[in-house]
Amino acid sequence: MKHLHLLFANLKRKKIRTTLTIGSFAVALFLYGLLVAIHGAFYQGVELAGADRLVVINRVSLIQPLPISYRDRLLQLDGVEAVTHANWFGGVYQDEKNFFPQFAVDKDTYRQMFPEYAITDEGWNAFLADREGCVAGAALAERFGWEVGDRIPIRGTIFPGTWEFNLRAIFTGTRPQDDTSQFWFRYDYLEERGPEWVKGLAGWYTVRVADPDRAAEIAKAVDRGFANSAWETKTEPEKAFAASFAKQMGNIEFLIMTIGTVVFFTLLLVTGNTMAIAVRERTGELAVLKTLGYPDLSILTLVLAESALIAVQGGVLGVLAAKAISPGLAKALPGFSFYLPPADLVRGVGLALAVGLVAGLLPALSAMRLRVVDALRRV
Amino acid sequence: MVRVDGNGNGTSLIRVRNLDKKYQRGSEEIHVLQGLNLDVEQGDFVAFMGPSGSGKTTLLNLLGGLDVPTSGSITVAGDEVTAMSAKKLTGWRARHVGFIFQMYNLIPVLTAFGNVELPLLLTRLSKAQRRKHVETVLDLVGLADRMHHYPRQLSGGQEQRVAIARAIVTDPTFLLADEPTGDLDRRSADEIMELIGRLVHEHGKTVLMVTHDPRAADRAHAVLHLDKGVLVESAGEAPRR
Ligand SMILES: Nc1ncnc2c1ncn2[C@@H]1O[C@H](COP(=O)(O)OP(=O)(O)OP(=O)(O)O)[C@@H](O)[C@H]1O
Ligand SMILES: [Mg+2]
Repeated sequence: MKHLHLLFANLKRKKIRTTLTIGSFAVALFLYGLLVAIHGAFYQGVELAGADRLVVINRVSLIQPLPISYRDRLLQLDGVEAVTHANWFGGVYQDEKNFFPQFAVDKDTYRQMFPEYAITDEGWNAFLADREGCVAGAALAERFGWEVGDRIPIRGTIFPGTWEFNLRAIFTGTRPQDDTSQFWFRYDYLEERGPEWVKGLAGWYTVRVADPDRAAEIAKAVDRGFANSAWETKTEPEKAFAASFAKQMGNIEFLIMTIGTVVFFTLLLVTGNTMAIAVRERTGELAVLKTLGYPDLSILTLVLAESALIAVQGGVLGVLAAKAISPGLAKALPGFSFYLPPADLVRGVGLALAVGLVAGLLPALSAMRLRVVDALRRV
Repeated sequence: MVRVDGNGNGTSLIRVRNLDKKYQRGSEEIHVLQGLNLDVEQGDFVAFMGPSGSGKTTLLNLLGGLDVPTSGSITVAGDEVTAMSAKKLTGWRARHVGFIFQMYNLIPVLTAFGNVELPLLLTRLSKAQRRKHVETVLDLVGLADRMHHYPRQLSGGQEQRVAIARAIVTDPTFLLADEPTGDLDRRSADEIMELIGRLVHEHGKTVLMVTHDPRAADRAHAVLHLDKGVLVESAGEAPRR
């Protein structure tokens, strides 16, 4: 690449314009990064769902409970390996807007059902030894500055009174996207302290099947088994469950994505236009290069490379900024975890490159087709 | 010997026969060159003169392989230029033609060195060899000390000297200059003509130059006038305008 210096000299030609063009690429790709992170936040549950797990809820609705006795009946079904259950607590920590999910979980089975969450044995044993114990996800603990040993008061909304828990362990995700904003405490404590009606009721069950390929079939068998009872069930693979949950939020997501996409493409059009102008201004110089015997292909490459270089620089800046800022998004939208997978970063830069090439292509082609005599007559 | 009668012997470096160039402007047809003949030998220095619009630039563009004639042929050192494909012509230009323009046409973002190096980037020369060539020609045009200046930091005369260095750095078969002093004051113009004269006399270059300036034309071996689409020799019989 003997012409590299010419390429860089061209970039320095109008420093302000080059900087602004790189800047608008950066903004567009920053936006892209945020959109990916937001999309991921809505659908992470779907992607992360265990293929070997089913969710069993009350047929009427998610908030209707199921009898605790279902646990043993589920375990007896062919192909079912393990069963656990949890209840929604719906409490408030300090302030309404400090939302995070609290689950009253079955201490004997919950941890084994979700191996994607890493908890030390020491921490888990301390949780098992304390009726008022609780476990918090790392993101949650960080958000409120909790440490193991802290006493955490949660005001019930469904269950009256202020409940105080001792933080016994903090779990982390084994994958970067894992949701560590959850709060777990013991179901036996909920039963003991809670009102009479909650006794003997589970919010939902999670079932692990031995063979993921039979998940759908077993889900049907579960619902058939409880049909025509007072508590009919609706069973779905965890993935489908997460997907229908995400769909409820779908409108918000659609709105964000639409606005974001429109802004993104507008920026690209503006950028493409700037590049076209930059090339047109240089018609005379390109004609000189052709006069000197520069082949058409070199001219094409030179213009395209310049455009691509601007795009990639901006793209890299943009996705890195998005990557840096995405963890901070969790503060604005608690309950979601925002994560930009490296593959999406690479895809973003690739996208910028593609746009840079497309934006540069028309000017590059016209530069290539330029008739030297006409161009020289103009200068 | 420079001839315009189409009867040159086989030794000419540049041989032009029956060159025709017509332009279409709307419904109007402009017949700029009408069966033009020319023979130029190695080491000749030819000046083309003629009123504005007589076709001098058109002729130079055809000679330099920048444009194609309506009919007729141009042969340079045995290669028929007018029979070459566009792609082949591009390579031919790089090897055989050095262009000098009225407006210098330097690349503003490159230094004098960078501008002169441009044609060499199309060759197989190593970086060190390129550097040596560039330094040699910049020294020849008297700008060794302005090597790292940008065009905007140079005077018009200096810019034109950089352009001349760029034209000769590949040691082309011949040089084409379109009003090389047209944009310069008298002193700079004299310096440039002095330089071009040295290129011809001391370095044996073949130069074909368009000029409006009789003083510049005086330095040439032959002054040819473009008149009604053909060249005529200025041996007194052709009126000077
Ligand atoms: N691309 C073109 N299309 C139409 N007409 C053209 C084109 N190029 C040149 N001409 C016409 O051909 C004629 C010769 O033009 P040319 O530029 O060769 O003249 P010239 O002798 O170089 O003039 P000057 O001294 O002003 O530079 C002019 O009438 C010009 O208008
Ligand atoms: Mg002209």
